[in-house]
Amino acid sequence: MPSTAYLAAVLAIVFAITFALRAVPFAVLRTLRTSAIVQRLAVWMPVGILGILAVTALHGAVAAEPHATLYALLAVAVTAGVHLASGRRTILSVGIGTAVYVVLVNAF
Amino acid sequence: MARILRDHRRVQTDISPQIAAPAPGRAPVTRRQQIAAGVRDSFSAGLGIFPLGIALGLLVLQAGLPAWLVPALSLSAFAGSLELLLVGMVAGTTPLAAIALTVLVVNFRHVFYAFSFPLHLVRNRLAKAYSVYAMIDEAYAVSASLPEAERSGPRLLAMQLASQSYWVGGGLVGIAIGWALPAPIKGLEFALCALFTVLTLDAFRSRDDIPSVVLAGASVTLALVLTPSVALFTALLLFVALLLARHAIIARRTTRRAARPTTGGSTTGGSTTGGSTTGGPTTGGGLTAGRDSAARCAVRETADA
Repeated sequence: MPSTAYLAAVLAIVFAITFALRAVPFAVLRTLRTSAIVQRLAVWMPVGILGILAVTALHGAVAAEPHATLYALLAVAVTAGVHLASGRRTILSVGIGTAVYVVLVNAF
Repeated sequence: MARILRDHRRVQTDISPQIAAPAPGRAPVTRRQQIAAGVRDSFSAGLGIFPLGIALGLLVLQAGLPAWLVPALSLSAFAGSLELLLVGMVAGTTPLAAIALTVLVVNFRHVFYAFSFPLHLVRNRLAKAYSVYAMIDEAYAVSASLPEAERSGPRLLAMQLASQSYWVGGGLVGIAIGWALPAPIKGLEFALCALFTVLTLDAFRSRDDIPSVVLAGASVTLALVLTPSVALFTALLLFVALLLARHAIIARRTTRRAARPTTGGSTTGGSTTGGSTTGGPTTGGGLTAGRDSAARCAVRETADA
């Protein structure tokens, strides 16, 4: 288990960087607002970052249970299917997708 | 949750009943009414925040980390998906520098929220600091979508405080559930993967997003092959680098075209906001572009508490 000092350092880092990211732009708002590069990145980044997070999270799940690769892929498909079919209700799709994976991993 | 937040975008022009509390056209007058309205604003966000908090509590226990880390994490930073992501990294004692860079890149989107977050409504310095600290995606989306006349400092703060109480409370409930369970449930961490899958689907709004998806796909593939142990970090850096290159290419193309007048600005506007706003003209100028892009940004990462 990680040491308490390590955990405290993580907490301090998470606080400082997250707060700075939220606070600094208010101070430099004028420069940011007119910057074409910032405006483009604001539009371009989210879908890509989320996609990367989804893939690396899937990779993490597969790495933890290598024999369950097929179940993980199936659960991703179920999650996406439910989400698109049920009117994009996040809690429902995440809940059903996770339940499918948990059941498959524990049952087989 | 995502659906509700997606509707917020439309709210700028057509007021949705879910958010435009208490009644359309009648702004809360007294301080008490404003606070009540703020708490009501928080309900839609709470639907997503509370279950995620439970997931965080369960994950921390299952990763073998101490229970106190759950409230400590949800207070040190109010940023849901990041904290879920950190659990695995912390359990594996990932180097602090890698954690710092992950926090920086994953939360970088908050930089864009300052464009239209109504911080000026909050007068007190301490309250202002709290409001910035608690500027989660949901807080941004809800406040930016309220009509100007219905916004107020107390309402904003009440919404943010309520949202954080759902997050911390969910975490504590998660710990209680984790302690009550006879054995850890295998495979629960898949919730994070499912959440990001859903959020990616919601973020993909039009054909304009295809280049970003392609660049992100290339980044993550390369990262998984080259640096599988720190794939997320490498992928995010590669992705940002590719986007900067894309910007440079577009900028050069625009400059070349600038021989003819009136091309530059409109190209940017078209590619950033085109097709995504339903309402047509709002306030005009750069502010609208900034607000819209930031709003897209917020709506895209809805469930990040």
